Amino acid sequence: MAKAKGKVSFKEDLCKGCELCTIVCPVNIIEMDRERINIKGYHPAGVKEMGKCIGCGNCAIICPDVVITVEREIEK
Amino acid sequence: MAVVFKRTEGLTETPFHYCPGCTHGVIHRLVGEVLEELGVLGDSIGVAPVGCSVLAYDYFNCDMHEAAHGRAPAVATGVKRVYPDSVVFTYQGDGDLASIGTAEIVHAAHRSENITAIFVNNAIYGMTGGQMAPTTLPGQKATTSPYGRDPKTTGMPLKVSEMLATIPGATFVERTSAHNPANIRKSKKAIKKAFEHQLAGKGFSIVEILSTCPTNWGLTPLESLKWLEENMLPYYPLGNFRNSEEVK
Repeated sequence: MAKAKGKVSFKEDLCKGCELCTIVCPVNIIEMDRERINIKGYHPAGVKEMGKCIGCGNCAIICPDVVITVEREIEK
Repeated sequence: MAVVFKRTEGLTETPFHYCPGCTHGVIHRLVGEVLEELGVLGDSIGVAPVGCSVLAYDYFNCDMHEAAHGRAPAVATGVKRVYPDSVVFTYQGDGDLASIGTAEIVHAAHRSENITAIFVNNAIYGMTGGQMAPTTLPGQKATTSPYGRDPKTTGMPLKVSEMLATIPGATFVERTSAHNPANIRKSKKAIKKAFEHQLAGKGFSIVEILSTCPTNWGLTPLESLKWLEENMLPYYPLGNFRNSEEVK
């Protein structure tokens, strides 16, 4: 079966910490960074285990602030 | 790896001013993406409303015009008649379109003006501080209905799409929602169809998109998505109410 591999990048300073992306991720890898705040004063969303990302784009689709860019590759 | 999702050319680089979790941003992006995909960005003229999205002219990467409260369809009518080859759309909230602007939207549909209206319904007045709107649900608390909306004195919420679908001039009427990725994808399809109707010169088209207002609903962004799904969807059913194939 073809396996999808993805990579997401966050424009952190646009993030308003709404957490919508965290609930739509099918592999549950998006987390809010509780240690830091961004330029707007919010805890930004980010991904620690990028290897698990399948590049489905759900996070980018629900993000109201267009923070996320998605890359994807299908391995045959 | 190939980039499968990036910021659309249809939006400027200006960051949105909307509250965290407000789905206005999602709907802005969808409109921008559709205009880019249809290749009409350079020919598009948008009309911004009064309400939370009053600054929409800063965000769309096409020509924009500001209208007085509720009058976006009237301004769009003028723009379209002067520039018939351009793609003209209005972007309006429920306080704008369903309340003070009811006459304008009904008669723009009645005349079947060849414009597209993007109608964002979040069941409350956002910018002015969470007052009751015509679309506020029965029992829903707002600053002007602190005990919940009482239908006995204020009537039942106005179903704009159903109402406009009774007008022969409205050639495309659809209600969608922005509470999860699947419905956001459907919303984009509906917006695209609406613009295609305009490009084909078929007449008035409108897409009503159910949206959240975490700040004025008094909920977190995540709770708001759930509230929309549990409370708004039963009263505002999603679906297509009019497609030009039905119009003879």
